[in-house]
Amino acid sequence: MDFSTFINNLTPAASFFYVLSFLTILCGLMVVLSKNPIHSVLFLIGTFFCLSGHYVLLNAQFLAAVNIIVYAGAIMVLFLFVIMFLNLRQEDEEAKTNIVKIAATIVGGTLGVIMVGVLRKSQFGTYNPYEFDSQVGMVENLGSILYNDYLLPFELASVLFLIAMIGAVMLGRREAGDRHF
Amino acid sequence: MTFSIDVAFIIKAIIILLIFAITLLIATYSTYAERKVAAFIQDRIGPNRAGPFGLLQPIADAVKMFFKEDFIPSQANKWLFILGPCLSMLTALMTSAVIPFGDSIKYEAAPGKVWDVAVQAIDVNIGVLYVFGVVSLGVYGIMVGGWASNNKFSLLGAIRAASQNISYEISMGLAIVAILMMTGSLSIRHIVEQQHGGNWNIFYQPLGFIIFITCAFAECNRTPFDLPECETELIGGYHTEYSSMKLGFYLFAEYINMFVSSAMIASLYFGGYNYPGMDWVQAKLVSSMGEITGHNLATLVGTLVFFGKALFFVFFYMWVRWTLPRFR
Repeated sequence: MDFSTFINNLTPAASFFYVLSFLTILCGLMVVLSKNPIHSVLFLIGTFFCLSGHYVLLNAQFLAAVNIIVYAGAIMVLFLFVIMFLNLRQEDEEAKTNIVKIAATIVGGTLGVIMVGVLRKSQFGTYNPYEFDSQVGMVENLGSILYNDYLLPFELASVLFLIAMIGAVMLGRREAGDRHF
Repeated sequence: MTFSIDVAFIIKAIIILLIFAITLLIATYSTYAERKVAAFIQDRIGPNRAGPFGLLQPIADAVKMFFKEDFIPSQANKWLFILGPCLSMLTALMTSAVIPFGDSIKYEAAPGKVWDVAVQAIDVNIGVLYVFGVVSLGVYGIMVGGWASNNKFSLLGAIRAASQNISYEISMGLAIVAILMMTGSLSIRHIVEQQHGGNWNIFYQPLGFIIFITCAFAECNRTPFDLPECETELIGGYHTEYSSMKLGFYLFAEYINMFVSSAMIASLYFGGYNYPGMDWVQAKLVSSMGEITGHNLATLVGTLVFFGKALFFVFFYMWVRWTLPRFR
């Protein structure tokens, strides 16, 4: 098929998908290829944005919003926070010796080969377009599924978070004899 | 059929443009109002030279900002230095997209067929989450700008901004969960419609309101919580190295945030465009002017009431700033 006919025959959703995928992969590559760690973090935030765009295309608006709030809004701020304090401007070159580079290439290449191998043989599930419920990602449906069908895993996950939270507070707590900075 | 869709599109486009323009206009005149309120509270006169009552002062300020030298420090990261104020402005302007500024505008698409267009940019069913997402991104403008300046004080201001925004976001979210559980919807329009007839959320959630408005002050970096830019400790905070309109963007974004958060408070806790006796006003207007004109006029009254509520909270922000000492 000719490239121009392929472009002309795209539905709006498909063209959105291709543009978003291109941006996602570009941002993802720039995370790895940027020299400056701050740029890497900013490109990672861009990647999360593009992934949220994919969620919106899948009609999962709740997931898109939560992805932005949690990953782009909270976790990446903490990443940026730490990296800004490290001041990695000049002295980071000595960590990248040739051995490290070769090892990284081998490990990354192996991972890539494994992923391509898995995806080549995998069978994608199909869906019936006449019975498929396009509203399945909406907040109401997501809530009723979480609290009816998956109540136990959901509650277990929340207990896990509670434990992690208590642990963090215990670790960060000031002891009786500690000084106040 | 295509004609009617086009009219709906044009009305929507006009509404979005108006919301955008009014947000900017209110933010511009907030700078003037801030000085006037400060002057009133401190028993001074305030700006009164440019135009009648000093009303042209914001325009004079903007012109001055544009003509100042645009300086980029030599050791700064140039692109991130430019990106910082842009991000601040972008996230400040994105929030007003989901706020319902009024009921709806009716027009006759074809004889006997009346269409409704909501006075709101988009009515998404995750409106509250959208606002939270954009608000949580607002801190990037400050952090990126503060770090890119390559100045210790800027960096300290940026770090303080980040830690403050992250901590207060959580309590803000928890305060709003109570409202979501009462309404059963994440759409801000549903939350506003559910408060119709005097059932304002402030009567049911007074504690939630106090927590929410405290966190809103902290998120906007307003004075009791102005740790990121306190002059006594940090020179100017994250915008120490900024000059010209880049500094103007940072300051302007703060005023836009103030207006948008006031609009959020008005729609979440004070009934949005609802006001006591609105059904009576609507019935009167509809009976005297006909179905379409009467409804549109009633919508206009509701929108004006909404702006009145939002502007009261903008005033409240200033009132607190010039009354309370800094939080430390």
